[in-house]
Amino acid sequence: MSHRFRNLLGIEPLTREDIAFILEQSRPFQEIQRHPLKKLATLRGKSVVLAFFESSTRTRISFGTAASRLGADSMNLQAESSSLRKGESLIDTVKTLDAMKPDCLVMRHSSSGAPHFVQQHLEIPVINAGDGTHAHPTQALLDALTILDRKGCLDNLNVTIIGDILHSRVARSNIQLLGKFGARFTLCGPAMWLPRELETLAPPGSSIRRVSTIEDAVRDADVVMVLRVQQERLHEPALPLDDYILLYQLTPERLRLAPPGAIVMHPGPMIRGLEIDPAVADCPQSCILEQVTNGLAVRMALLFLLIGGSHEDAKDVLHAAR
Amino acid sequence: MLLVKNGRVLDPASGTDVVLDILLDSDRIAQVAPAINAPGAEVLDASGLIVAPGFIDLHCHLREPGEEYKETIETGTRAAARGGFTAVCCMPNTKPVNDNASVTRSIIERASAAGSVRVWPVGAASLGSKGEALAEIAAMKSAGIVAVSDDGRPIASAKLLRQVMDYCQSLGLPVIDHCEDASLSAGGVMREGPTSVRMGLRGIPACAESIAVARGVQIAALTGGRFHVAHLSCRESLDQVRAAKAKGLRVTCEVTPHHFTLTDEHVTGYDTRFKMNPPLASREDRDALIAGLADGSVDCIATDHAPHDAASKDVEFDKAPFGITGFETVLALALGKLVHTNRIGLMRMVELFTIGPARILGITRSVAPGELADLTLFSADHEWTFRAADSASKSRNTPFDNAAFSGGPMATIIAGKIVWRR
Amino acid sequence: MRVVEKSQLMAAAEIDRTLSRLAHEIVERNGGTAGLSLIGIRRRGVPLSQRLARAIKAMDGSVVPVGTLDITLYRDDLSLVAPQPVVHSSEIPFSVDDQVLVLVDDVLYTGRTVRAAMNGLFDLGRPKRIELCVLIDRGHRELPIEATFIGRHVQTSDTEIIEVRLNEIDQEERVMLVERVP
Repeated sequence: MSHRFRNLLGIEPLTREDIAFILEQSRPFQEIQRHPLKKLATLRGKSVVLAFFESSTRTRISFGTAASRLGADSMNLQAESSSLRKGESLIDTVKTLDAMKPDCLVMRHSSSGAPHFVQQHLEIPVINAGDGTHAHPTQALLDALTILDRKGCLDNLNVTIIGDILHSRVARSNIQLLGKFGARFTLCGPAMWLPRELETLAPPGSSIRRVSTIEDAVRDADVVMVLRVQQERLHEPALPLDDYILLYQLTPERLRLAPPGAIVMHPGPMIRGLEIDPAVADCPQSCILEQVTNGLAVRMALLFLLIGGSHEDAKDVLHAAR
Repeated sequence: MLLVKNGRVLDPASGTDVVLDILLDSDRIAQVAPAINAPGAEVLDASGLIVAPGFIDLHCHLREPGEEYKETIETGTRAAARGGFTAVCCMPNTKPVNDNASVTRSIIERASAAGSVRVWPVGAASLGSKGEALAEIAAMKSAGIVAVSDDGRPIASAKLLRQVMDYCQSLGLPVIDHCEDASLSAGGVMREGPTSVRMGLRGIPACAESIAVARGVQIAALTGGRFHVAHLSCRESLDQVRAAKAKGLRVTCEVTPHHFTLTDEHVTGYDTRFKMNPPLASREDRDALIAGLADGSVDCIATDHAPHDAASKDVEFDKAPFGITGFETVLALALGKLVHTNRIGLMRMVELFTIGPARILGITRSVAPGELADLTLFSADHEWTFRAADSASKSRNTPFDNAAFSGGPMATIIAGKIVWRR
Repeated sequence: MRVVEKSQLMAAAEIDRTLSRLAHEIVERNGGTAGLSLIGIRRRGVPLSQRLARAIKAMDGSVVPVGTLDITLYRDDLSLVAPQPVVHSSEIPFSVDDQVLVLVDDVLYTGRTVRAAMNGLFDLGRPKRIELCVLIDRGHRELPIEATFIGRHVQTSDTEIIEVRLNEIDQEERVMLVERVP
């Protein structure tokens, strides 16, 4: 098998084949979620550090559960208790964690590029669990798996993304991933979160257009991704929530403008009544909970791929590949 | 007595470009002529080299007093000498800020005790560079400052800038402004554009600079003062300077080596050695700067040498301080990116390092009898590789580590003495 | 390292006859096919289990459920086999609770594969009984595991390998004894 993964920092370096391979490897782990006994011993004796420098509940629990179901131990470092609060530099914190000899570092950080920076100082694999406004590759992979389950295919989809695209790492990684499969993206949201430069994100063979009304945005959509309204971003500029709801909330009426087979996704945590109408969140077109379940499968697959093999050989192969 | 023999003398002030000997007698040039015979003089063979008036760097940070772990006057000026500079203007954002005569004096005393090159301090425009009360500019002038600036940050308000420009006009000092509209740049870490959007890094729009340049130009028109734009980085700013010059305003600008060499696309790897302020601009802006260097719109090249210790740069991109070192690579970059590419001639390049900054400071620079015995000798073509680890600077924060160059400084002569020789 | 063929142990017809006999034994020992399922271990246990199911159907018309099991996640030597492990799907579309499961594989050797397979099955539920059916038993067990149904015993040395080739996977049909030579 020619797919070698040393790290998962972003979607950009992955080929279509790499992505297809990861998704295929996620299949057995999807089945395991249906087993009465979900615990494996595959990675028994391995340990995974979950370093969440930016607080997160869902992603951290997902990675922790994925590690646990594979039999690996996980060690948690949370922003609230982190020594970073005490003034230690990121690199010293990470080197300290590394000295405990874990097999993998899963990392979330509020600074874009922080995992890339850390990875240069580490020998163990690093998985980016979200960095600043840059990338969230595991989210994009679990979204792709969910789309594949529902649509049967990832090729040439019409994908609509609604919300604060400029500050969304989820949107960036999804554009990178689905764009490699020829997606035609329609981005919609408040103009200050929708700069022209976003159009340059489209990978070769894909396209990005920006539209100003949600009605236009959903019209031909195969997939409608609703982004979380990041309250912490609302102060810059001060966008009135009522305006956002009026213009960009995905309501049943608006969703009806989309083809009947269109699916609705949300990376969570979602705020019902803000970016999404509760009736849409719970409708059959919504696959929000499948995304969560698939998140486990994808993260188990990645841990399995990154630390399931023999360490020494993996290193050799990767050095040779460089 | 020092006799510099057989060098190709490039003197922009006179237009001289011919092989000559130069006899230096203590701190003055005694004679410039072919085949000078001076028994007893020390001889420096400059065959194959270019001999220029001493280079001046209008913009650098020596970090002393206060941040001696990043740089000192001793290490910084040693690096400047290795870069071919005979005089450097150090910005006032030290700790404490150079906003009073005693700090100015201490810098000058330290420089005369431990410095390798002349150090010409720039005084703060406002107390603590806080943008509120005026600093004691006249007292600092008596102590030796050559210009004023709140560099590190812009002069806080248009009103303050107007006062500073008025006041400095009466004192005969240029005002150097770090042009940046802080409300537009707040939180930004690189130039806004496709790369910042792709990398998820907060962008600083180009107009954050050009709006502040426009402010300065209009206040220069209002006051008649000397307004100098520090580290100009984008086309729109340059257009404003051009228009101001066409109107006869006393507006000048400098460009750093990194801004005519690199673009925002170099930031791709989140490498903090590419983080500086103003940030690396678009390719279009970079090309506009090169055109400005060629057509005379840009007055000088300044390094904005901004040393930072490894620990402060080895952090998340968001957290890293702005700035890179520049003394030892600037001449090689100018040769490589401007001269060898035929964008400008050697004479024009020398002008950008000599009479360009000298005019802004209101002084002369020339290879002529009676002038200061400060000379920069360089080669236009010798092959060498810059290694940050071998730098004389205390800091290593440069994106040009291991860069291969063609041409660079060979010797630096100040007041008739060889202070550095390759 | 390369391998050289030493001898052919079974030809296509012999494989066919052996499977037919094993199918009879499975039905006979279990007193019919009620509550009986076959689980093929990836890879070559899968076509073998499907052939056994067909043979049973041919005998008395009864349809025995067939599942496939990938043991990658249950291996005890995962970090030794490859720098980059690859996992495949298991497909067991029926409940294993209270079933008699017959694990099917091509070669029984150390017993570790069967150990891994049993672990995998127990994650799915609580079978009534697990039996093991193999085409070849070559000895050298490292665990206390024995097959219930055996196509043929073959005496082998450590350096020898049993190569089972099946049409469904290998586009040929035979069993060989090969030897590793340095």
